[in-house]
Order: sequence, then C-alpha cells, then structure tokens
Amino acid sequence: MGVMKRVSLVFKAKANKALDRMEDPRETLDYSYQRQLEMLTKVRRGVADVATSRKRVELQMNQLQQQSTKLEDQARKALSMGREDLAREALTRKSSAQSQLGDLQTQYAQLQGEEEKLTLASQRLQAKVDAFRTRKETIKATYTAAEAQTRINEAFSGISEEMGDVGMAIQRAEDKTAQMQARAGAIDELLASGALDDAIGGRRDDIQSELDAISAGSDVESELSRLRGELESGAPKQIEGGQNGGQGAQGAQNGAAAQQARPTGGNSASLPVSDLPEDGA
Amino acid sequence: MIVRILGEGQFRVNDDAVAELNRMDAELEAAVERDDEGGLRISLNTLLAHVRNHGTEVPPDSLEPSELIVPHEGSSMEEVRKLLSDDGLPTA
Repeated sequence: MGVMKRVSLVFKAKANKALDRMEDPRETLDYSYQRQLEMLTKVRRGVADVATSRKRVELQMNQLQQQSTKLEDQARKALSMGREDLAREALTRKSSAQSQLGDLQTQYAQLQGEEEKLTLASQRLQAKVDAFRTRKETIKATYTAAEAQTRINEAFSGISEEMGDVGMAIQRAEDKTAQMQARAGAIDELLASGALDDAIGGRRDDIQSELDAISAGSDVESELSRLRGELESGAPKQIEGGQNGGQGAQGAQNGAAAQQARPTGGNSASLPVSDLPEDGA
Repeated sequence: MIVRILGEGQFRVNDDAVAELNRMDAELEAAVERDDEGGLRISLNTLLAHVRNHGTEVPPDSLEPSELIVPHEGSSMEEVRKLLSDDGLPTA
C-alpha cells in the first residue's frame, strides 16, 4: 500500500475512534462543532503569532540596515582622517551586520510563507465549519438517531480530516516561530552588546568615540589657530584704536571677517558624521 | 478521486491521472523504505506537482473526506514516518 493511502487510513482511524466514543451519534455533532470552533480560534491565534514574529524580524532588519549605513559612514570618516585601521574595523562590522541581515531576510520570507499558509488554512476551515453547522441542523431535524449515523459519519470524517490538517499546520508554524524567536533573541543580544552598536538607541560605540576624540583634538587645534589669529590681528588693532578711531573700526571688521572665515574653511572632521557629504572621503 | 495535500487542501484528480499518481507514490514509498532522504524529497515534489497540475481544487465548503493524502511540501523523512504511525496527528 502506498504512502498516500496509508496516511489517509491513519486520518480515518482517528476520526472513527472519536466517533466510537459517542453514545448517541447526534451528540457527536454538537461536540465536534465545539471542537471546530476551538480549532478556528487556535488557527487565528496562530496567524497572529506568526505575524508578531514577522514584525519583530522586520524591526531587526531595519536596525541592522541603519547600523550598516552608520558603519559605512564611520569608515568613510575614519579614512578621511587617515585612520585606515578604524575604517577597516568599521567595515568588518558592517560585513557582519550585512550577513545577519541576509539571514533575517530568509527568515522573514519563511515567516511570510507560514503566515500566508495559515491564513488560507483558517479560511478553508471556516468554510468547512460553516458547511458542517448547516449539515448538523439538517441531520438533527430530519433523521432518527439510527438513520443519522451514516450521514454523521460522512460529515464528521470530512471535517475531522480538515481539523487534523489544520492542527498540523499550526504545529509546524509554532515550531518555526519558536526557532526564529530563539535566533531573534540572539540578534537582540548582539545588537545590545555593542558588538553591533545599537544605532537607534544612540549609544556611543568605540569607533565613534575614537573618531570623536580625533575630532576633538583637531577642534582644539583649530581653536588655537583661531585665537592665535585673533591675537595677531586684534592686538595691533587695540593699540591703533587708541590712536585713531577710524582705523580701529576697520581693524575690528577685518578681525570679525577672519573669525567667520575660519570655521567654514576649517577641519571637516569636526562635523557630525551624519552631516558629511556622500563624497566626503 | 479526492486527494488532499496536507497544508494545501483537497484536489479532485481524474481517473486517468491516478495510475501515474500511484506509480509516483510507489517511488515515494520505496524512498521511505530505503531511508533515502534525497529520494524522498524528489519523489514527493514530483507527486505534489502531479496533483497540483492534474487536480482541480475542491470547494472549501465540501465535507467529503479524501481517498489519498499527500504529506506536506518539504516533509522530512522523520515527518513522513510520524504521519504513517499516526503519532503526528492531533486528536480529531
């Protein structure tokens, strides 16, 4: 006997066993109908659970994508400061984030598939449950217990097969969701640990701290040269101001112009990463 | 005859497509007996494609049971064995 026949016999045996437990076959109808409604609730909850998992994966995908973009910006900035070592580190982390992202995309597609399958399963079951309810009322109204037996058996084995199928679909979806939850948990930990810095949380990671330190260093340098410039142009101005008001005013204007010119012409490294132009490197 | 693909629903398959279906099922069974996971995957996929291509979907509000039931797509050896032993089936 082939596989298909054997599986169908297993399903039928299950249905018959359930039927045999009933004293009055018509009792079976109401009891079974209750079970069907419970199964409908279960499958709908299953759909919602898979959707929740899918949304969680989606959120992580967004986080990893932001992380990846940020790391590339950091690499660009580090390179523009002549820190190839830092740029290399940032790109290594970016590559790790990208590979996690690839995994998540596969998981996302799988969860989407499960969600779709369960949704369809729930629609099929709903249609069968509705048909069963109608059939149940007809059987109860029209037939005696003895007469009803055959008709009940027919309706029952059809719905019981569907219930078995849906029950397995729910189980499969739950197993898959549980696997993905575990992996999603691991990625959350990775994101939180700073191995992949949490871009959304805005925590400072080590690469950023080093870049900031370099920026701060060059800020000090540019401040120094600004002050030096002020002293050089400002000191004679004060003396001259005492001698000649007109010349002093002109000197002060020159000084202000020099001050304004410095920051814009200064070190681009002091700009925040996000303000860097794309071709900044 | 009505064939159910687990996880997909029921299909009505014409008698002239049934002989081929049985031949494919024999291959599937042989793969299960050999414990040949690769063979199982191939013969199951062939079988599934045959039912989908030669069957018409049974309306979902039908309460007719199926004569044959095909394991769901992507079933592993372990899952097929469970189906055959009725362990994998929730109580009706």
